[in-house]
Amino acid sequence: MALKRRTKPATGAAKTPSVEQLLKYYREMLQIRRFEEKAGQMYGMGLIGGFCHLYIGQEAVVVGMQNALSLGDSVITSYRDHGHMLACGMDPKGVMAELTGRSGGYSRGKGGSMHMFSKAEHFYGGHGIVGAQMPLGTGLAFANRYRGTDRVSVTYCGDGAINQGQVYESFNMAALWKLPVIYVIENNKYGMGTSVQRASASTDLFERGAAYGIPGSQIDGMDVLATHAAAEEAVAHARAGKGPVILEMMTYRYRGHSMSDPAKYRTKEEVAKMRTEHDPIDLVRKRLIDGGLANEDALKAIDKEVKDLVTAAAEFAQESPEPDPSEVWTDVLLEA
Amino acid sequence: MAIVSYLEAGRDALAEEMRRDPLVWAVGEDLGRGGVFGQYKGLVEEFGPERISDAPISEAAILGAAVGAAMMGTRPVVEMRFSDFALCAMDELVNQAAKARFMFGGQTRVPLVVREPIGMWRSSAAQHSQSLEAWYAHVPGLVVVCPSTPADTKGLLKTAIRSDDPVVFMEHKNLWGLAGDVPDGDHLVPFGEARIVRPGRDLTIVSWSAQVHVAAEAAGALAAQGIEVELIDLRTLWPWDKTRVLASVAKTGRLLVTHEAVAVAGFGAEVAATVAEQLGPRLKAPVRRLGAPRTLIAYAPPVENAVRVSASAIADAACAMMGRH
Repeated sequence: MALKRRTKPATGAAKTPSVEQLLKYYREMLQIRRFEEKAGQMYGMGLIGGFCHLYIGQEAVVVGMQNALSLGDSVITSYRDHGHMLACGMDPKGVMAELTGRSGGYSRGKGGSMHMFSKAEHFYGGHGIVGAQMPLGTGLAFANRYRGTDRVSVTYCGDGAINQGQVYESFNMAALWKLPVIYVIENNKYGMGTSVQRASASTDLFERGAAYGIPGSQIDGMDVLATHAAAEEAVAHARAGKGPVILEMMTYRYRGHSMSDPAKYRTKEEVAKMRTEHDPIDLVRKRLIDGGLANEDALKAIDKEVKDLVTAAAEFAQESPEPDPSEVWTDVLLEA
Repeated sequence: MAIVSYLEAGRDALAEEMRRDPLVWAVGEDLGRGGVFGQYKGLVEEFGPERISDAPISEAAILGAAVGAAMMGTRPVVEMRFSDFALCAMDELVNQAAKARFMFGGQTRVPLVVREPIGMWRSSAAQHSQSLEAWYAHVPGLVVVCPSTPADTKGLLKTAIRSDDPVVFMEHKNLWGLAGDVPDGDHLVPFGEARIVRPGRDLTIVSWSAQVHVAAEAAGALAAQGIEVELIDLRTLWPWDKTRVLASVAKTGRLLVTHEAVAVAGFGAEVAATVAEQLGPRLKAPVRRLGAPRTLIAYAPPVENAVRVSASAIADAACAMMGRH
């Protein structure tokens, strides 16, 4: 592998997906979309507080990646983490109940939107300090190898994190030790309210590992077939012991940085253009319908199934009791 | 019993734990050549370069990677060389290691030891001499260990490696060569249990790390004047042995806390405040603290020495508390 800029999968890398695969991508992306819409709605109703960073628009990145992984591969990301957790197979009820701060949440209400973890699904957390998950994900890769497995670590970050110092310490270490880690940069074009152009001296983020000899590619992150093809190639590389890979996924978030961000730093037209012309879910839907691979009824059935799942999660998240104040004394070292 | 140095005691502890548990590994700069002070000498030969891992000079990535590897169930021992350098990795230690267990509702633990040598050592100047133990005592989720003897270094490091919570293990650089008895066998010292260095009835002195030896010298001088000091080595600052300290001060009625770190907002303030709150009316004299002035540590010995709390300063303070001048 080497540095390459491309918006479509490399020839040969993209196998024609089966109908089942396309439907799976559709279902998984839609589930994230509907979940996030519901979370946004519940935030507006005051059921969710604090920070809440929605993943709407970026679904193809995580769904394409996760479908290239095998059981036991580890995943870590930042605070925009709901999509990753759902794609890892975590229960939407437990995720939504964490958003509402209830005892049925993954962190029993103590972490909130940004901080959940699931050993069972090999999800190593949503982390709230920008870029801090990068050395941790590097360590997951180290531990995978230390324990004699061929598992890989997928370490996600945004374009905003890529200018943090510890990212480069991690790149050097991963390349030096040939660690099985795939760094996925989700370039949604804005780090909080600042565009990549205003924040980065070099905007080709896939090249950021070049100094360490880390191969990097730029991918159309709105096309799940492209993200999946790139993921398969990268995972095979890392799993074969050839060291780290960087994937820059060109994506877009439709909502603000967090729920409190009205996103006035970009035009409505810019957002509308992405939504209407590049929506990752519409794209798969179109492939299915136009290709005659599925009919409207089949997709409607999936829509309903997803809607029911999200409704059930939202209900659970409101019915689950609030944690007892005594939880402040659990899972913290007191007198050792 | 064997006589070993403070430095060797740490090395022996790590080697024993690595033999006992294949998930224990060490990572840091210059470990392959035995560590900057020689604390890892011979270990790469026995355990190989994957388990005694030579890292680039990247404290943040070293500590961050160790946190990730600890979450996955391995037990890393991280060498930061100087507590001053560990400041490059404060985010990984304070925001990640210390918080993960609580923040994720008990879904994960971080069994991690971070070795951060502290203290003044041969004209090392402002960026290689600090004692920053109070910083970590302030952070919920961290254990803070400051051993003063070879036996405690060994016993506490072994306990630290077996701890499922992150431990900041602060050896004092000036004690590397200190020799002492270390019990044979699987010697473990629990956290939160202070050591009575010498018993006494008149005045309690609480200290830790290298300053214990300075206080012991003062206690010897005071004994010659008929003042019997009870000297307590806290050994671990979090958890700290309130029970033993309060019992001692309840008996003597006088407390003097002394440490090498800056006195202002130092851990001595916590000890003094706790004793004052609990035993205030029963004290025979106001509590005293003796630490470094709130200034920097200099290179030139006369200026460097100006921030040390000497044995004579401790003895003078003790005499004043006893009403003797």
